[in-house]
Amino acid sequence: MTVNVVVAVLIGGLFAGGVYLMLSRNLLRVLLGFMVIGHGANLLLLSSGVGGGAPIVGQDGTHADPIPQALILTSIVITLAVSCFLLAMIYRNYQLTRQSEVPDDPDDVAIEELRTGAGSE
Amino acid sequence: MTDLFGLAVPILALYMVIATVAPTLARRWDRTALLWLALLPAATTGWMAALLPSVLDGGTRSVHVAWVPELSLAIDLRLDALSAVMVLVISAIGTLVLLYSARYFPLGDDGRAKYAGSLVAFAGAMIALVLADNLILLVVMWEITGILSYLLIAHRIGNQPARAAATQALITTTGGGLVMLIGAVMMGEQAGTYDLSQILAAPPSGGTTTAALVLLLVGGLSKSAIIPFQFWLPGAMAAPTPASAYLHAATMVKAGIYLFARLAPAFAANGVWQPLLIGLGAATMLFGAVNALRQRDLKLLLAYGTVSQLGLLTLLIGAGNPDALLAGIAMLVAHATFKGALFFVVGIIDTAAGTRDLTKLSGVGRQRPALAVAAALAAASMAGVPPMIGFVAKEAGYAGLLAGGTAGTVAAVLMTIGSALTMAYTLRFLWGAFADKPGIERTQLSRSSSWMTAPTWILVGAGLALALWPAPLESLLQSYAQTAGPTHQHALALWHGLTAPLGLSALGWIAGAALSAAQRHLDRRRGPAVPGLDPGVGYRLAVLALETTAARVTVATQRGSVPVSLGAVLIAFVVFPATMLLRSGAGIGETAAVHPAELVLAVVILALVVSILRARRAIIAILLVGGIGYAVAVIYILRGAPDLALTQILMESVTLVAALLVLTRLPGGAAADRESRPLLGRWVSAAIAIGVGALMTSLALILPGIRTATVVSAGMDEAAVTYGGGENLVNVILVDVRSWDTFGEISVLVAAATGVAGLIFQSRRTGAAPRTPRRASGLQRPNRPSPWLTTNWMPRRSLLLEVATRLIFPIVVMFSVYVLFVGHNLPGGGFAAGLIVGLALTLRYIAGGPFELGEAAPVDAGALMGTGMLISSATAIGGLIGGGQALQSVIFHWHVPVLGDLEFITSTIFDVGVYLIVIGLVLDVLHSFGAELDRQAWAARRATDDRAQRRKELSR
Repeated sequence: MTVNVVVAVLIGGLFAGGVYLMLSRNLLRVLLGFMVIGHGANLLLLSSGVGGGAPIVGQDGTHADPIPQALILTSIVITLAVSCFLLAMIYRNYQLTRQSEVPDDPDDVAIEELRTGAGSE
Repeated sequence: MTDLFGLAVPILALYMVIATVAPTLARRWDRTALLWLALLPAATTGWMAALLPSVLDGGTRSVHVAWVPELSLAIDLRLDALSAVMVLVISAIGTLVLLYSARYFPLGDDGRAKYAGSLVAFAGAMIALVLADNLILLVVMWEITGILSYLLIAHRIGNQPARAAATQALITTTGGGLVMLIGAVMMGEQAGTYDLSQILAAPPSGGTTTAALVLLLVGGLSKSAIIPFQFWLPGAMAAPTPASAYLHAATMVKAGIYLFARLAPAFAANGVWQPLLIGLGAATMLFGAVNALRQRDLKLLLAYGTVSQLGLLTLLIGAGNPDALLAGIAMLVAHATFKGALFFVVGIIDTAAGTRDLTKLSGVGRQRPALAVAAALAAASMAGVPPMIGFVAKEAGYAGLLAGGTAGTVAAVLMTIGSALTMAYTLRFLWGAFADKPGIERTQLSRSSSWMTAPTWILVGAGLALALWPAPLESLLQSYAQTAGPTHQHALALWHGLTAPLGLSALGWIAGAALSAAQRHLDRRRGPAVPGLDPGVGYRLAVLALETTAARVTVATQRGSVPVSLGAVLIAFVVFPATMLLRSGAGIGETAAVHPAELVLAVVILALVVSILRARRAIIAILLVGGIGYAVAVIYILRGAPDLALTQILMESVTLVAALLVLTRLPGGAAADRESRPLLGRWVSAAIAIGVGALMTSLALILPGIRTATVVSAGMDEAAVTYGGGENLVNVILVDVRSWDTFGEISVLVAAATGVAGLIFQSRRTGAAPRTPRRASGLQRPNRPSPWLTTNWMPRRSLLLEVATRLIFPIVVMFSVYVLFVGHNLPGGGFAAGLIVGLALTLRYIAGGPFELGEAAPVDAGALMGTGMLISSATAIGGLIGGGQALQSVIFHWHVPVLGDLEFITSTIFDVGVYLIVIGLVLDVLHSFGAELDRQAWAARRATDDRAQRRKELSR
């Protein structure tokens, strides 16, 4: 199998951009990062199979490997569902807190306080 | 006779059934139900008594029921003399305990239901434990008894100290049980079988076997409260006294002893056996006895006595020679009779006097002479004084140890010291419970039920009868001990002549009596001894240290911030695979020629990514992400994936609409650049991001080159047509080859859609979208109704959009049905078709608002998705009914005149289910993000208007 350098660089770019967005407290940026990484992952899956014509019986010439395509099709639809779910969560979070950022986990903060409190005794 | 043991499995099943109905019975008939429940162990006792002749002279009986063959787990039950003795002890004392409990508890005790069920279940599990011939089954039953012990100790709801004691017992014994499980697996793998009888018949040897043996013994030590696990047993005295008598004196704590006795014939010769068991047994015997001397609570005194006696039993079995094994089991039976009776006595005193503190009791013996006699006989047995079974067993123990070489002689000396201490605490018990004590007010006693005194007398009588007539017990025990080697006959007898054992016994009595006198003398001068340090303190310190460490680790690793945690995960994700890639030295495969269109698309996409990073407003960013999606779709076309391109474009459009619906309701166009307190600096984030990107690029460069296996899809063309009945390979994979995955996927879609609706609607989902209201309320209504749409509620209208919607909506829906059905042979299928309908509905919503959506799709999205799931599941089951596998597709052919040959594949039905679910998903998104958020906004505006109106009226 041959390697497509352009697509490989593109995959790296999508992952890098997506990860940078995801490392934010801003939930909207996390959502954007999730969607961008989704494209990168799909292209990585695609590059694991040989390219060619559409995988339909009766077409002339060699056809592309259909298995990565089936996996990606599943991935695309799941990405849609999860993006919508994330959107709903962002909206609900905004309704409750009037902000679109994710705060520190209160339980972890409480444990930290518990420990520093115990240490000062 | 041969079939009688076949009843074992039904009897154990009966214990399970009775245990589940027992709580109901106990609620209905209160404590009297316990009397009836005693019938079950009574029947078991009779059954086992009838089986006794078959196990004499080494006879065995077994049954086998397959359970989980993959785990070498089977219900293998085997009856031999040792098991028979144990079953008799468990069922006979279980009967007496249930009878006793029926009057021990006050009427209406809130714990009675749980107690009844747990006790019956415990008896069943304990019987299964001693009958189990499969190592894994043994461990399973072992752990079940531990859990039931927890329930019985934490008897009353809301009793905090009792629950703490129960937890301590549970963690100690089940922890030991886990160690034992490891030992059981090691032993089973070493021997090549998990059959206990086969392992014992041909024991493996070597270092692994010794390790496995030690692990098994650790389990036994923890269950039998041997040092260093001795602390849990005194704590377990928080249990109701009959439960303590049963679990923590007569049966459960003997499980460890039973395990030792079971393993001894095969493994006593192992180098670790004698030092471990004799050493720990002797230490426990002395520790328990010394502590028993210092207790004021009669029950705790007995508990420490039990710890001491368990040490003695371990010592006897630990000596390992056949005579000592025989004596060990004789002592086990003796202990069950006298310790059970003594616990019953304490329970009677406790319920009658309201206390069991020996500094508060006085004159009990004078008021209850019969009880005092019973207690004295049981105590004589405990101290090894004739004419009780305790004496007979102890004599056999001395004789057995003295026959066991140097180690045995050392053990006999230690046992004599232990016996002296036992004599001393026995006298202290009798004095504490029954004596008239000067300066203490005479204790007032209430009446005790004969349901409580009769079982006590039965146990005392049994202890006496076994001593006077030891032949039946001896023949059973000889049958067991002879599996370990030749034994001396007439080991059990009240009179052997003037022998060394008698001398040692006498020494113990005299030394014990002297010790007791000395303690009484000290008591008179300084007041009664006080209990020493709580032995559970080590356990509590260990738990505390564990909790502190856990908190430290949590604080060190969980900073509570999503970016930090995610960053840590990603760094690990980059570092480990990257190291492995570098170490493997894999190079880049052969590169293909660059397609100019791909180059352009890649540049466009990367430019879009950079713009997203810099975008200020989320709406802009979302549009840019959509742009990436469309560009990626073109790459799919170039790489021969038309199905993907089609689905990608449709999905991108639906996502855009959903995102825009939500984002327009967030304030300020939803800032995507602002972020307070960026915990990870910009540069750290960038470094992590570049690391991940570089890793993924390397993977994309390396993976294709190192692939050696043939592609799975090779040769799929023919199979797809023959078995799948389709020419579009991607669709055949989705609805046929990998249809289980697709089934899972549509379930995820339903879950996500339901989640969206749940987050937006919050309390209840209102079925379909709202239909056109009859009466306008607070809504702006256009002056002229739209001739193009069904509803006319859109305040700001677009004529172009209305006309276009009117023209193309029916065509688009028809087209989706076409895409659905050709999908099997051409690009398309359920996912794409569903998304097409979704977009058509989106158009109606955008053109006409929420009511238009309600008119266009007057169905509940949930019901639509449910129907889709039902259809897909029916196809799955249909494959099974058709004699194949779930989701296997069947092809039907018909020849119809005029139309020609028709073909129908059942997987098409599956795709229809997918189609409906995708429509339902989009509909749910539109209902939630569109119609429901519109309604919430209107409601909020109306509330503001109403307030303004009222303010105006007030000011007037």
